[in-house]
Amino acid sequence: MLSLLLLLPLLAILILNLPLKNVMQRMAVWAGVLLSLWQVTAVFILAMGLGERTEIPAKFKFGLNCDNLTLVLLLSIGIVVFTTILVGRQTISNPRQRLGFVNLVLIAMTGMNGTVMLTDLFSLYVFIEITAVSSFILIASQRDINGLEGAFKYIVLSASATVMMLLSISILLMAAGGTSFATVGNAVRQSSGNSMVLFAVGVFICGLFIKGGLVPFHGWLPAAYSAAPPAVSVLLAGIATKASGIYALIRLTTSVFAGNDSLNNVLLLVGVISILVGAFAALGQSDFKRMLAYSSISQVGYIILGLGCGTPLGIVGAVFHLFNHSIFKTLLFVNSAAVEKQSGTTDMNKLGGLGARMPVTSATSLIAFLSTAGVPPLAGFWSKLIIVIALWQNDLRVYAVIAVLASILTLAYLLLMQRKVFFGILGEGLQNVREAGFGIVLPASVLAAITVIVGVFFPLMFNSILMPISSFLK
Amino acid sequence: MEEVISKMPQGVEIIRDMPQEFLLFGVSAALVLIAGFYCLIMTYNLIRALIGLEILTKSVTLFIILAGHATGRTGLAQALAITLIVIEVVVIAVAVGIVLCVYKHIKSIDARLLRNIRG
Amino acid sequence: MNMNIYIILAIGFVIAAVWTVMTTRLLRSVIGLAITSVILTIIMFQLQSPLAAVFELSVCAGLISAIFISSIGLTQRLTDEQLAVRKKERLSKFWLLPVILVLAGVALYHLQIPLVFNLQPAQAENDVRNIIWNLRHLDLLGQIVILLAGAFGVVVLFKEQ
Repeated sequence: MLSLLLLLPLLAILILNLPLKNVMQRMAVWAGVLLSLWQVTAVFILAMGLGERTEIPAKFKFGLNCDNLTLVLLLSIGIVVFTTILVGRQTISNPRQRLGFVNLVLIAMTGMNGTVMLTDLFSLYVFIEITAVSSFILIASQRDINGLEGAFKYIVLSASATVMMLLSISILLMAAGGTSFATVGNAVRQSSGNSMVLFAVGVFICGLFIKGGLVPFHGWLPAAYSAAPPAVSVLLAGIATKASGIYALIRLTTSVFAGNDSLNNVLLLVGVISILVGAFAALGQSDFKRMLAYSSISQVGYIILGLGCGTPLGIVGAVFHLFNHSIFKTLLFVNSAAVEKQSGTTDMNKLGGLGARMPVTSATSLIAFLSTAGVPPLAGFWSKLIIVIALWQNDLRVYAVIAVLASILTLAYLLLMQRKVFFGILGEGLQNVREAGFGIVLPASVLAAITVIVGVFFPLMFNSILMPISSFLK
Repeated sequence: MEEVISKMPQGVEIIRDMPQEFLLFGVSAALVLIAGFYCLIMTYNLIRALIGLEILTKSVTLFIILAGHATGRTGLAQALAITLIVIEVVVIAVAVGIVLCVYKHIKSIDARLLRNIRG
Repeated sequence: MNMNIYIILAIGFVIAAVWTVMTTRLLRSVIGLAITSVILTIIMFQLQSPLAAVFELSVCAGLISAIFISSIGLTQRLTDEQLAVRKKERLSKFWLLPVILVLAGVALYHLQIPLVFNLQPAQAENDVRNIIWNLRHLDLLGQIVILLAGAFGVVVLFKEQ
């Protein structure tokens, strides 16, 4: 069952590229939508215990494993890819370009599915690279000068991170004799004082910080997110950075590199710095998408803060916030795609008063930003609350206070954005702006509904769905 | 080194002492790594940045093969190195494609010009 | 005797890489990259890794150099005055590199790096072909997918719409 999640997208790509040009161009979007919906269903089947959770070696010895953390990530991946393909259908008018877009998104989906299911350190590198390469191509796909520059910056920084990860893998290979998570984990535990092993662990974590876009390694993120075509920004911000860099951090700090106090302190520090730098930088932006990019950096800081806390409650908060972030950040970027397509600009100084003309976009954007800022009873409030409580319980009171204060900052800059773009006087030349098409309105409404439902029904979900997530911690 | 060996638990076989050539190649790979990062930081030419990335890749390949040789697992190290080379070729090919597209736009491969064009 | 060959190879590797970084003309840089690849191939042969060495030679010294040379041919037009200016600029920026390298080399040599670990001896499974085709299927799938991604990338970036 698990290998199907990897092999079906590949099969779809092969079918889509058969020499039946016109048929395939029309089928491309449906293929993508069906695959992502199948993935969401598969997550529920696996969660209820009906499917095979571990890969039994038959012909293909993939060595895949699926625990509760994997299920959360797979669900997020399915939802975000579904949204991306629908938004892409709306924003890309040329059918041939659409086919190329769907192909690359499916490859990115294969990469991300593989990343969250594997159990080997080197395969982690391989699949992170697959996601990264498809991201480079997607960012540059419109061949405008901004996109090309953003893609090149991303390539250089991503390759530097890769080099650091591989350097670390070679040192760990010497210590462990193998590259699977279990082998390396044992070796790290046994040689706990060895300075070379600590160096290797530190270098690997730095590489993952670069891939995840955490401060001070976030240089590529605002350029890449804002220069990418609108549908690609949805994919990048929604899941691609998180399913590769942040998931790897969660998986490795809880199983392979576990039990290190200084590692937790580093995570706390990096998390809190990311929150603050992201929030302050977002305040000063005039471009819609750049502000959302800095907001992403800030929210990912919360995830790392929860991770650095070390307790099961903190890690559950981090994973829940990861899921919520993929929902509400995707929604914000979908709305920015709608605004960009209908009005042609992302400069907040030129926009204004779109609320009356784009009612659905405006309403869903309001829900998304209330959830980001952590306003009850939406989902974002609960995940931030869990993280703050976990920090408080662990005597990390300063961090908890900073987290709460930064929420207020978040509310401030997002309120500013909402006011500038949707409320207020109508900007010049915007008289003819109408609501975005069905392909954007549908995913936006679905995402907003998910945020509201998860938020409102949270108290019921806490013990039955959330706490079992921590079962992956041994 | 003697203290490290004597503190190890009994009953586990030690493969070998650190071979002499290991230190030599390890240091040279580290120097090439430094040279590659220096090239990446100090250049403004897009293609030279890619050459810097290639040099970093060679250094890391040497590290992996060294690790395999030192532990006796040459087969695993070679498999890793081959996968690594395949992936790096794809990354470099895509990057060169992007540089050529940039050249079509602004007729230059100078990164400083790129920063000036963007508003 | 063996040790002398190793010393020559190691020093040659570093010098070729430094020349690649420091030389002014882009074309000479690419030739330097190819020479670095060849030296790395010989080093890998000496370290009992023949298959990886052959791969490195054919792909890096061959394919990647061809990609770089064709891209340089499509983009570079330098006149002589520009070349002289470039040379002076380069020297002023890059003179620091050999200094750093010499210092780093001396420092690393005298550092006591604790790298002796106790490991089980390697199992009989040391055949590269067996490992790639039978044991690491996930990596194989990854390589196939990334080659597909590269193919799509070339189409997306180059095809005239």
